[in-house]
Amino acid sequence: MILKGKVYRVGDDINTDVIMPGRWCHLTDEAELAKHCMEDYDQEFLKKIKPGDIIVADRNFGCGSSREVAPLSIKAAGIGAVVARSFARIFYRNCINIGLPIFESGECAAVTETGDELEIDMFGGKITNLTRGKQLTFTPFPEFMQTIIKQGGLKAWVLEKLGKGQVGQNP
Amino acid sequence: MGQTIAEKIIADHAGLETVMPGQIINVPVDMAMANELSAALSIKELNEWGVDKLFDPRKVCLIPDHFTPNKDLNAAAIARVVRDFANRHSIKWYFEVGRGGIEHAVLPLEGVILPGQIVVGGDSHTCTAGAINCLATGMGSTDIACAWATGEVWLKVPQSARLTYTGSLRPHVYGKDLILYTLKDLTTSGATYMSIEYHGDVFDRLPLADRFTMANMAIEAGAKTGIFMFDEKTRELVESTPRFSADKPSYQTYVPDDDATYAVEKTYDVTNVGPHVACPFSPDNVKPVSEIKDVKIDQAVIGGCTNGWLEDLIRAAEVLRGRKVHPNVRVMIFPGSQRIARQAFDLGLPQIFIDAGCVFSTSTCGPCIGGHMGVLGEDEVCVSTTNRNFKGRMGHMTSRVYLANPAVAAASAIMGRIGSPEEL
Repeated sequence: MILKGKVYRVGDDINTDVIMPGRWCHLTDEAELAKHCMEDYDQEFLKKIKPGDIIVADRNFGCGSSREVAPLSIKAAGIGAVVARSFARIFYRNCINIGLPIFESGECAAVTETGDELEIDMFGGKITNLTRGKQLTFTPFPEFMQTIIKQGGLKAWVLEKLGKGQVGQNP
Repeated sequence: MGQTIAEKIIADHAGLETVMPGQIINVPVDMAMANELSAALSIKELNEWGVDKLFDPRKVCLIPDHFTPNKDLNAAAIARVVRDFANRHSIKWYFEVGRGGIEHAVLPLEGVILPGQIVVGGDSHTCTAGAINCLATGMGSTDIACAWATGEVWLKVPQSARLTYTGSLRPHVYGKDLILYTLKDLTTSGATYMSIEYHGDVFDRLPLADRFTMANMAIEAGAKTGIFMFDEKTRELVESTPRFSADKPSYQTYVPDDDATYAVEKTYDVTNVGPHVACPFSPDNVKPVSEIKDVKIDQAVIGGCTNGWLEDLIRAAEVLRGRKVHPNVRVMIFPGSQRIARQAFDLGLPQIFIDAGCVFSTSTCGPCIGGHMGVLGEDEVCVSTTNRNFKGRMGHMTSRVYLANPAVAAASAIMGRIGSPEEL
């Protein structure tokens, strides 16, 4: 599957409080969450992006609180993927669980700026910075995570577990 | 092959001899907890999945604490969703407002969890529980819903970091200072994905409260969990809960193998370490309090899940006893739980706080997350014993939060500026 979009570039340690501030943490509806995405980082964020755009970040993207409303709002706002040098761990697994594509790539972060066009080959392991003509790679996902990502989130796995009634099985 | 504590706990739960960092394993969880905010999303998820039967209601714990007692209509609605869910599924471990407190204090003090367990929670500070030698980690609402529905979560086996603390402790130096000192060294991504193991004889000289404080802030270094060794102090706490007296549950404790492999190994000699403060806007922007000059404050927050333990309240009270807070400063005190509050009353602590001019509040996360009970206004400055000071965390985007231990926070409240008890 290929993802393609324009880049919105951010730096290190973008924490989940700025992605989805505490004052909105009572929201559960995706459409409502989308309205406040990145509000405390950049008040103009929603005006600057369009569906399919890609956030490219430096280190430790999504650090801090485990609030799932943070990645949910990013997905609901229409962002197609997040590429970062590194991700904070709870945020990382939240993205996999909710079906927001994420890719760990220091190479990509090193050469990519706001406005660049990126093309991501999700299961081919390649990111192309079309603007700069660079072919880049990302850290491959373990097979289990690839399955969850392909299924668009954790739901299919959960339903399968409940249907088959098998617990304690290791992938 | 030598195993670390995290590796052993995961292996035992998965029925495997050994595990290796990087492996993805399904494990049964012993307890899956959520507060009212994360629970609301998890409940929504279960509805979307069409799941109406929980795997094991005894392994579900619900603790409203963030925006409770209901701070507004939205909070009331969310609390109602969670309450109805708890009633529908007859959840034993539902701690209604007034009968619980802040989730990370309630879990160990009420005996909801035990050493050796795998504990997951819909809050990043779930790692606090590692203080009692279990594997406790924060997750998002979808993972918690999965645990409630299937009894399991998927886990990537973390690498482990072995941190050892030696030397003598200076006055007014506690677990908070040790973890801030550690964060200065590791930074907010220095232990990403790792299980931190805390070792060292320093912990023989500190109460259990300081282990909770340090385990609480493992996440601030990016860690998956923070685990302490089990000793007599742990046993005393674990076996003194009403739940333990009633059920006499068995539990397992863990030590790492001598030949276990660690990705990071550090030793900190704390002999010359004084009280430390994390400056805006990051928990790793840490300096000795002696280097912070002329920072006037508007508010002090003492308590919360990091430093709301009884010993923390005692330390604050010792500084505030017979003194008044500065006329320009508001002080809010948040005991970690109703049980801790009750013990504080027995010791006469609230009297000291009130006489000094502080608010003695019920247990709630309140201002930590910028929710209620002390939201900061434009340009306001707060010294807080909580665990995060990102921009806008406690209120207005121009407000600034300094993180400190309870004695420093109390001294600062008296002086009207950030400073140490030694200056009083």
